[in-house]
Amino acid sequence: MAEQSIGKSVLRKEDMRFITGKGQYTDDVNLRGQTYGYFVRSPYAHADVGEIDVSAAAGMPGVVAILTGKQVAEDEIGGLPCGWMIHSKDGSEMKQPLHPVMAGSKVNYVGEPVALVVAESFVEAKNAAEMVSVDYSERDAVVSVTDAQSAPVIHEDAPANTCYEWELGEKASTEEAIASAAHVTTYELTNNRLIPNAMEPRAAIADFNPATEDLTLYTTSQNPHLVRLILTAFIQLAPEHKLRVIAPDVGGGFGSKIFVYSEETALAWASMKLGLPIKWTAERSESFLADAHGRDHVTTAQLGLDAEGRFVGLKVKTTANMGAYLSTFASSVPTYLYGTLLAGQYKTPNIYVEVDSVFTNTAPVDAYRGAGRPEATFLLERIVELAARETGRDPAELRRINMIQPDEFPYQTPVALEYDIGDYEASLNRALKMADYDTFADRRAASEAKGKLRGIGFSCYIEACGLAPSKVAGELGAGVGLWESGEVRVNPTGSVTVLTGTHSHGQGHETTFAQLVASRFGISVDDVEVVHGDTGKLDFGLGTYGSRSLAVGGSALAKAADKVVEKGRLIAAHLLDEDAEKIDFEDGEYRVKDSNQAKTFQEIAFAAYVPHDYPLEDLEPGLAEKAFYDPGNFTYPAGTHICEVEIDPDTGVVEIDRFTAVDDFGTIINPMIVEGQVHGGIAQGIGQALLEGCVYDDMGQLQTGSYMDYCMPRADDLPSFAVGMTSTPCTHNPVGAKGCGEAGAIGSPPAVINAVTDAVGVPDITMPATPEKVWRAIATADKNAA
Amino acid sequence: MYDFNYHKPSSIDEAIQLFTDLEDAVYLAGGHTLLPSLKLRLAAPTDVIDLAGIPGLNGIDYSGDDLKVGALTPHDDVSTSPVVQSVIPALASLAGGIGDAQVRNRGTIGGSVANSDPAADYPAAVLGLGAQLVTNQRTLNADEFFTGMFETALEEGELLKEIRFPKPEAAAYVKYPNPASRYATVGVFMTKTSEGVRVAITGAAPSVFRATDMEAALNADFSEAALDGISLDADMMNEDLHASAEYRAHLCVVMAKRAISQI
Ligand SMILES: Cc1cc2nc3c(=O)[nH]c(=O)nc-3n(C[C@H](O)[C@H](O)[C@H](O)COP(=O)(O)OP(=O)(O)OC[C@H]3O[C@@H](n4cnc5c(N)ncnc54)[C@H](O)[C@@H]3O)c2cc1C
Repeated sequence: MAEQSIGKSVLRKEDMRFITGKGQYTDDVNLRGQTYGYFVRSPYAHADVGEIDVSAAAGMPGVVAILTGKQVAEDEIGGLPCGWMIHSKDGSEMKQPLHPVMAGSKVNYVGEPVALVVAESFVEAKNAAEMVSVDYSERDAVVSVTDAQSAPVIHEDAPANTCYEWELGEKASTEEAIASAAHVTTYELTNNRLIPNAMEPRAAIADFNPATEDLTLYTTSQNPHLVRLILTAFIQLAPEHKLRVIAPDVGGGFGSKIFVYSEETALAWASMKLGLPIKWTAERSESFLADAHGRDHVTTAQLGLDAEGRFVGLKVKTTANMGAYLSTFASSVPTYLYGTLLAGQYKTPNIYVEVDSVFTNTAPVDAYRGAGRPEATFLLERIVELAARETGRDPAELRRINMIQPDEFPYQTPVALEYDIGDYEASLNRALKMADYDTFADRRAASEAKGKLRGIGFSCYIEACGLAPSKVAGELGAGVGLWESGEVRVNPTGSVTVLTGTHSHGQGHETTFAQLVASRFGISVDDVEVVHGDTGKLDFGLGTYGSRSLAVGGSALAKAADKVVEKGRLIAAHLLDEDAEKIDFEDGEYRVKDSNQAKTFQEIAFAAYVPHDYPLEDLEPGLAEKAFYDPGNFTYPAGTHICEVEIDPDTGVVEIDRFTAVDDFGTIINPMIVEGQVHGGIAQGIGQALLEGCVYDDMGQLQTGSYMDYCMPRADDLPSFAVGMTSTPCTHNPVGAKGCGEAGAIGSPPAVINAVTDAVGVPDITMPATPEKVWRAIATADKNAA
Repeated sequence: MYDFNYHKPSSIDEAIQLFTDLEDAVYLAGGHTLLPSLKLRLAAPTDVIDLAGIPGLNGIDYSGDDLKVGALTPHDDVSTSPVVQSVIPALASLAGGIGDAQVRNRGTIGGSVANSDPAADYPAAVLGLGAQLVTNQRTLNADEFFTGMFETALEEGELLKEIRFPKPEAAAYVKYPNPASRYATVGVFMTKTSEGVRVAITGAAPSVFRATDMEAALNADFSEAALDGISLDADMMNEDLHASAEYRAHLCVVMAKRAISQI
């Protein structure tokens, strides 16, 4: 019998290959006769494309072919679709301008692909790409979110550059509540635009076999089946059964590898046209320009409080940047992943949110770690903080008196979601203790004695994970179902191969899922192999995003494993000559109740495949089961983050002195992996709060196009995090898990900004709160104090 | 990167000869500035002359009056040298604050100084300490060496051999790093010598410069308070996404005060 591993920090099975450089990433795959693709990209944010002269380039050494957007159009290859239909307030459908695989007559952002050069080597492709001459006539660029609706139109079918004007909640009651509130806090904010920066740049190899007409696409994807579905059903490149999509080891995604992009689509099309395998690997500069970016909201909000400090109404108006085109899930991010989260952990009875999404001449914007939920949390946890300051209340206490209580679940919010379970105060209390909130005043005094400023900031976040009940998603406009599938194959020797439709690109699924299945069978984690990322191996799956893998994919595996256990029970009943109901399965053994008659899991597996003594009349041989799991609700991870900063007033440099995160992720399979996810998420959240900011100039040129200017968080920017857990297991999935992948990035930014503004004594500092901004804010605060 | 011809001469004369004969040649030292610009295709020389095979260009020597550092000495050697640490500790600590371990193991003092990047650290030490720069044809004073952004008094093909640092009475370098690149947004090298105080500032302006107002004030009274009334002209400062000219001018004074506090 193997040791029960649920709740244990089993070391990651995948790490040996990763840390010894033996991972197999897309760029590590090399096919016989492989050619290389290089994209000619627009140097302008907004320009008409005239003639493309490829004659000089075509004569360059090694060049195989040069393909342009015009040829894409001639071949009637459809545009890249957006998979989520949003309806405007007036009931009209969102505007979905053609998102061409390569630009046709107009380019709409810097970096947009215009032509694809295919050559025998990477360098030859790149050299030839430089010789492709494109006749551009530049137009004025629309860059700023705030001006977009009054700027010249980018897509004729999207007047006022508006994709949709969406709303959620009750307008009249919310306005009334705010009008009669004892206090109203108003907050105007910008949620800064981010560039995802996965460690592995995007890459693809398309390999069309003219003899069998099979197309294989290796790609850096978080959801290979979705890529296959979109390329076949929507773009109609190849029939679904003739397309195999493989996402091998993938080095980070953070959302940016959910989407179907121009590059792999163009490559697949070109490979079919040329009958050759073609590889493309993004250079880092291309990643900056052409990966989907994140966030980019401008918002005004009002929060009304009654005389006791209870929230009575929240009204929000947001303008969200979609970039030049709608990326795969872009439309859902500032709507159903944002507006629905505005209740937070609180009992605010009236909430109304309006979101205008606009097109600009910038790279497409889509889901990035947290996707909508960080934007909601930032708004809410900042306005609550401001309300506490304005009404002279302790920020922790103001939150506490407004929290939904444990006995109030299930709790229906005014913005569509029904929270199943939670204990928000438990996390708050634990975090206050871990952060030594009681003695903060002493630490502040000590900092002041050194001439430094010290501040503390809270964030009590909630998120909706485990995407998603398919029915609900469908009602809200999703183009796909959001269940997950899993398959558990017990091999004749009793070892187990597990296939999952989710995808691991750093999260450690090969370990967590092995623990989950091993525990169900009472076998060793080492005897379970997890397979993912290949449409040729598993029938279908929906991939990894929205912290769904364990809650949804793990639940499918749990169901499949339970089916295996039940079938095993029938085999055991036969072998032990007893009724199935009289047989217990525990610790890897089928045992007749109250007896020492037993068969091991391995014996049953062997009997299933060597059925010499087997109930063949009633039961098929073999021991493998599949399951699909469609969740009954979202899951609702929640927690409290507390950040404490010390600021050097001479330079404005912020040092994070302490960071405490207490999260409720429900049941935890592997605490080490969960902590790692929390650490990474907080690092990204602190990055957003203090360091990262994507900047375009007025012409739509990307100013932060390399690590010289785009500031990623590094280890020495961060303190050692104090991470704690509370647990109210999810009520509606068989694992009890809620999801932990995004919480860090969702909870942390407002905690940091609340701490920084608390230290400085100003209401707001726009993210990223760079030293210069903080230094200027200190000057303003000093002037106001004087 | 475009294709180029690679040469590895074994003497200075051979290197100079190659440079003169070849169409569009460039010297390669540690390559940590040159190679990125080749990779980004910002530079496209026909020929690259690797200095690594030339004996005598790499090393640290304090047998005479000055601390002599060969042009090809990597940053890590300077930062970890017990000789540098005892003769001019500020120079060792400056070298230890350049880039990361990989950069420090490849990048060289000669490459950094010859490149005259406005945000590089070494130029502040060279100018602040009043070093002498020995080339294949002459010896230059630091005060005449740095002539502008990415510009020096080196002529076409002139090769930097060695930098000679006089031992100061005391010195300190304080850097405010650009949060993204970690190059200097402002770096102040403060030196006390028998002839007076020298204040060299890198990062702030198009080229490293001496803050003469600060020097005058500090010659009268070497204290942080002496800098209270001093403000640098923001009009001469660089400005970028990370720091405005005004903020840089402010940082110059703050970093100078911190350097004083370390002396
Ligand atoms: C990631 C990264 C971070 C960095 N961070 C910093 C930092 O924080 N601070 C900092 O100051 N620098 C930093 N650098 C730059 C680094 O210190 C470089 O190594 C240095 O600027 C150039 O030295 P090199 O030996 O690499 O020169 P190379 O790149 O080989 O050459 C640079 C230029 O100088 C010329 N040259 C080189 N040697 C000679 C010579 N002896 N005579 C005449 N001409 C010569 C070359 O022809 C070339 O034009 C960083 C670099 C990188 C890649």
